Amino acid sequence: MSSTDVTHHAADDQGHDHDHDEHGPAPGLMRWVTTTNHKDIGTLYLWFSLVMFFIGGAMALVIRAELFQPGIQIVDPMFFNSMTTMHAIVMIFGVVMPAFVGLANWMIPMMIGAPDMALPRLNNWSFWIMPFAFTIMLSTLFMDSGGPAGGWTLYPPLVLQMGDSFAYVIFAIHFLGISSVMGSINIVATIFNMRAPGMTFMKMPMFVWTWLITAYLLIATIPVFAGAVTMLLTDRFFGTSFFSAAGGGDPVMFQHIFWFFGHPEVYILILPAFGIVSSIIPTFARKPLFGYDSMVYATASIAFLSFIVWAHHMFTTGMPLAGELFFMFSTMMISVPTGVKVFNWVATMWRGSMTFETPMLFAIGFVIMFTVGGLSGLMLAITPADIQYHDTYFVVAHFHYVLVPGAVYSLMAATYYWLPKWTGNMYDETLGKWHFWISTVFVNVLFFPMHFVGLAGMPRRIPDYSLQFADWNMIATIGAFGFGFSQLMFVYIIVKCVRGGEKATSEVWEGARGLEWTVASPAPYHTFETAPVLDAGTVTR
Amino acid sequence: MNVETAHAGDASASAVAQSSQVSAVKPKSHLKVAGQMLGLAIGMFGFGYAMVPLYNIICDITGLNGKTGRVSVESVASAQVLDDREVIVEFVSSINQGGSWIFRPEVKTMSVQPGKLYTTSYFAQNLTDEFVVAQATPSVSPFAAAKYFNKTECFCFTRQPFEAQGSKDMPITFIIDEDLPINIDRVTLSYTFFRSPEQGEGADQS
Repeated sequence: MSSTDVTHHAADDQGHDHDHDEHGPAPGLMRWVTTTNHKDIGTLYLWFSLVMFFIGGAMALVIRAELFQPGIQIVDPMFFNSMTTMHAIVMIFGVVMPAFVGLANWMIPMMIGAPDMALPRLNNWSFWIMPFAFTIMLSTLFMDSGGPAGGWTLYPPLVLQMGDSFAYVIFAIHFLGISSVMGSINIVATIFNMRAPGMTFMKMPMFVWTWLITAYLLIATIPVFAGAVTMLLTDRFFGTSFFSAAGGGDPVMFQHIFWFFGHPEVYILILPAFGIVSSIIPTFARKPLFGYDSMVYATASIAFLSFIVWAHHMFTTGMPLAGELFFMFSTMMISVPTGVKVFNWVATMWRGSMTFETPMLFAIGFVIMFTVGGLSGLMLAITPADIQYHDTYFVVAHFHYVLVPGAVYSLMAATYYWLPKWTGNMYDETLGKWHFWISTVFVNVLFFPMHFVGLAGMPRRIPDYSLQFADWNMIATIGAFGFGFSQLMFVYIIVKCVRGGEKATSEVWEGARGLEWTVASPAPYHTFETAPVLDAGTVTR
Repeated sequence: MNVETAHAGDASASAVAQSSQVSAVKPKSHLKVAGQMLGLAIGMFGFGYAMVPLYNIICDITGLNGKTGRVSVESVASAQVLDDREVIVEFVSSINQGGSWIFRPEVKTMSVQPGKLYTTSYFAQNLTDEFVVAQATPSVSPFAAAKYFNKTECFCFTRQPFEAQGSKDMPITFIIDEDLPINIDRVTLSYTFFRSPEQGEGADQS
């Protein structure tokens, strides 16, 4: 792409001039504790979520090992339940969200031509709260009363029957929420105030757009969740009766408040993935993104709709017909902007000069398998059908399809895509492709059979099940172990790339577009200390 | 279509460019944006709590969750009685979390005419050897009938104190509104009996 490859040499030289003297990182471990550099903090977030990915993954393997055969073999039911609960909490709040925030930290300033995030010290706090919050959260597993076992949705009255370690869980959730809100405030301030002159909103890369909207969703919904868990806390320890029917409260009300947060939350987990895929597919199709404007509007409409569909999680709680119809139709409406996005990705690839490097493989895998998850979501939106599907493995299959080959694949695609920019070295392409294909085979072996057992009526969150589900569960467990252990390849490839390899050029990819590819590889410690000059023809997305 | 960094020239030129850039960017206050966002976050925290009264108002209006209404005796006197219509009312009782209670309706079903006032009662006995305060919560099924099922007097309006092994008959006076949809000919009134979480805090709080 001739548009972006011209002046890196100037940028390279500048970068090195800066890097070698006073502007480099502080030496030693304290660099990571005290850093306010957006790249350092992005790196911290990404390593943190990689570690949490294996902790959450180990919990998933405990679950799948227990479900390998009917009967109780490995763990007792209480521990099984705290595994399902913790697995969800770790994967949502410890893996997908921090990984996206890490990518935002690394890439947004470089994409909009800013020297750093708007509030660098706040940024340091946002990250360093998280390891402590998760230490508290995970420590409940070793307490007398055990970890949370009532499901990550924390429904009362069940969750209120938990022991005193409940207070630690709520405390940790509050801190995770504070971290997310602070990170989001930082991202909004950065995007509003720090764009290079000439970088108008409609020139921003899709990843920046999706993160701007995600940040708004986070700021608007995490506090609602904080309110809901605070009510649980006071119900449990201070004698209020928000959700206790004995005191005039209503447990169903918790579900309304929770899902008012919870549904936007699932878009928080997927919108940045849309942005990543919208960056990668144009690069390897060597064409600009098809329908950029419609992508922006589709993202905004999905965000808006996410606020008015929450009760589709609650069809079986008993709702007036008008409510069921409203939430059914508004939920189905989300498939329109989502369909626009899938169409645009396919249209971007149409007649492109496509090559299939690892990031592109993961991105295409995302488009196909996310759509599978989207379609089963559409089935779940149909109220009369949902009454059959509710709380079965069909739901488990649905949200794992959108989260694993969806959100997690986008994170892997992003890692491969930007790893040469971060490290200055090319990753091992052969191993990367192996990683993709092995993961893709096993992820489908893992999650596809869950559709079948779900439709046949197997309930979720149980350690034991009827004999007729045995075969598919055994297959799913084989898939789980295959998928889990193949992720060790991912770590190996990352570590190998960090330690060395073929040197990457500034542009890295032939079809790369956008400002982040105009700085050297590895990206200098400080970039765009003076804003880049964007003329009318500059390609920024 | 080049992308150039502003300080691609010599050092002094870059210094000039830098200062001009800084002055162009500076007026945007990060604190202003961050403050607005923080305000939004705090506002949404408040909204989470505001959902509690909102939820109760919506449930009252729509009869969602089977929440029944309370009416005064005077308004009942003026109600018009429909002689040609009969509705079966079923009475159901349940005890939360296996508490030590006897709790049952005096009659299992009644045949009633919409617009007319009826009285029945539930019997409850505390089987423990301690003083206990209990609270009953009502639910009407089908939900569509809930807003037409009104009570002038009910033991569920207040908390009920029980001595050790104490028992009592607790009356309920109700009226079914004559506007009850014509397709409903059977209404189930269910009470769940809870041991109140805060003991000895006085009876009337609901």
